[in-house]
Amino acid sequence: MLNDEHIELRKSVEEFAREVVAPVIGDYYERCEFPYEIVRKMGAMGLFGLPVPEEYGGMGGDYFALCLTLEELARVDSSVAITLEAAVSLGAMPLLRYGTAEQKARWLPKLTSGEMLGAFGLTEPGGGTDVPGGMRTTAVLDGGEWVINGSKAFITNSGTDITGFVAVAAITGREGGRPEISTIIVPSGTPGFTVSKKYSKVGWSASDTRELSFTDCRVPEENLLGERGRGYAQFLRTLDEGRVAIAALSVGLAQGCVDESLRYARERTAFGRAIGGFQAMQFKIADMEARAHTARLAYYHAAERMLAGLPFKKEAAIAKLVASNAAMDNARDATQVFGGYGFMNEFPVGRFYRDAKILEVGEGTSEVQRMLIARELGMDA
Amino acid sequence: MNIVVCVKQVPDTATERKLRSDDKTLDREAADGVVNELDEYAVEEALKLKEAHGGEVTVLTMGPGKATETIRKVLAMGADKAVHLSDDALHGSDALSTSYAMAQALKKIGFDLVVLGSESTDARTGVLAAMLAERLGVPQLTLANKVEVNGSAIAVQRLTDYGYDKVEASLPAVVSVVEKINEPRYPSFKGIMAAKKKPVETLGVADAEISADQVGLANAWSEVVDFAVAPPRAAGTVVKDEGDGGAKIAEFLASKKFV
Ligand SMILES: Cc1cc2nc3c(=O)[nH]c(=O)nc-3n(C[C@H](O)[C@H](O)[C@H](O)COP(=O)(O)OP(=O)(O)OC[C@H]3O[C@@H](n4cnc5c(N)ncnc54)[C@H](O)[C@@H]3O)c2cc1C
Repeated sequence: MLNDEHIELRKSVEEFAREVVAPVIGDYYERCEFPYEIVRKMGAMGLFGLPVPEEYGGMGGDYFALCLTLEELARVDSSVAITLEAAVSLGAMPLLRYGTAEQKARWLPKLTSGEMLGAFGLTEPGGGTDVPGGMRTTAVLDGGEWVINGSKAFITNSGTDITGFVAVAAITGREGGRPEISTIIVPSGTPGFTVSKKYSKVGWSASDTRELSFTDCRVPEENLLGERGRGYAQFLRTLDEGRVAIAALSVGLAQGCVDESLRYARERTAFGRAIGGFQAMQFKIADMEARAHTARLAYYHAAERMLAGLPFKKEAAIAKLVASNAAMDNARDATQVFGGYGFMNEFPVGRFYRDAKILEVGEGTSEVQRMLIARELGMDA
Repeated sequence: MNIVVCVKQVPDTATERKLRSDDKTLDREAADGVVNELDEYAVEEALKLKEAHGGEVTVLTMGPGKATETIRKVLAMGADKAVHLSDDALHGSDALSTSYAMAQALKKIGFDLVVLGSESTDARTGVLAAMLAERLGVPQLTLANKVEVNGSAIAVQRLTDYGYDKVEASLPAVVSVVEKINEPRYPSFKGIMAAKKKPVETLGVADAEISADQVGLANAWSEVVDFAVAPPRAAGTVVKDEGDGGAKIAEFLASKKFV
């Protein structure tokens, strides 16, 4: 399913990751610092506009081009990859799909150039899996303005110097006992919208994740993104796509583990020979390669169905489940190949180990993926 | 401004590079071909000059059929069109005959400015810019780390051991640039897609009015007589400081005639 342009794009991103990201990302990570300079260069390369039409400053590519890019970036570093994934998949795509002409004209050109990041706030401190049931954030119309109250947890890209807005999912009413969910664009700096300081995270340390709170935060009525009451359906579509993207990112991490292990197994010696000569090491690396490869096929297949306009919910859930598993398993095995050095932050595999865990949680936990697969198989809850 | 940027495909410096045992030329099949890294700075400078002054950027590559990959990358970076000088008769050309062939192609293309990298990472002769300028009868401004064009005047800062020289000339001219000059862009997806539609003209020796008896391995002025694989690096000497470390290092350096 890769055409010539996809192959060239992948090569171009691979070079970028190797030349621009790899030499400096370890330092950003150690300092838990957002890599503005790398993000600027990714913007110059058009990565933030990959699946967006040219009329909005995008590259006119498809979602698969974004996935290939995420894989290549994550082979080197996941913080950078998730920054791009969240910005495009959660920030720009809902606007492109559901935004009004004015909203698109206002936000998309800046998002696609990478000058501005958009965030998507769904998860709340009280729960991320149980939506919309567990959601508490509300928005009430008052004199032509939405008045928002509540809080959001773990929101990627929501507090950088270049964050332009957060699209917030909120309860805007009740329909026959069920909450009516809508999405509302809240520009950064709106009074009543507070961004807390960064979380101290186990991994993704060079990415921006914040808790947000809204206290009588007022935004114009026209900041509604998409239809009122359609917020839940909208983010289900967003999350299905996002799962394919997270699967691609996971494959990148899994492959990065293979790359690093291969290199190290050639160089490191024990008992007078390269450790790569020991069958135990060879089998470990062979298993790692097999996991990365099969997970890649799974996300390619999901992406193929998505682009063909076919149902892809089950395939996306399978891809995310197996790819995040592969990332976790490979990170564990790669650090084992590295011995004590695998436990040191100065080697990328230590970073991969810390970054892998969240892949089994973000954009739907592995349990959620299994629930989705079971449901697609016709099994009732 | 009509700018021609000369770009060479070279084996990836990250992979193992070999000479062919039969004719002692570089084995171009053995390694992945990439754009000569130093040429990327030339491409970037050409694109910047075009953005500032208007005009067109043409890529000129001399190399086997496989070099089309390199051409595509440079077109994806933003060059407008390409000329691929490719002919079996050119195989094994040395620096002198390469400069002759390229000069013939440049005469055919026409130019206000020719931009090159400072050298190729495979042959590393670093003489092509000077040879081209001489053959074309135009000024050479080599090793530039800054280029300014003003009408038909061109000025560069030429990197030297002590700082830089300011060199001025008038167009048409040949410039070679060093890697400090800029930060080459990466091809965007839009650029990659646009590159497919850009014209690539292939020239053989006859098309470029190149005399086949002045190019190729048989007519080279220089010859590789023999070659050997570089010996593996020997283990270094470790000096343990037991109070006399300084003296031991001085002794070592003296024995190698460094001091
Ligand atoms: C670094 C980071 C970045 C993030 N970025 C964003 C973002 O940009 N936007 C956003 O909206 N969210 C974001 N999230 C939130 C993320 O999507 C949630 O953490 C995730 O969905 C899980 O929600 P939770 O943490 O509330 O866990 P919970 O929902 O409390 O789940 C706890 C455990 O219970 C299990 N569980 C829950 N319900 C069931 C059930 N019915 N059956 C079986 N098991 C169940 C879960 O699988 C999990 O193992 C981010 C999180 C992190 C850590």
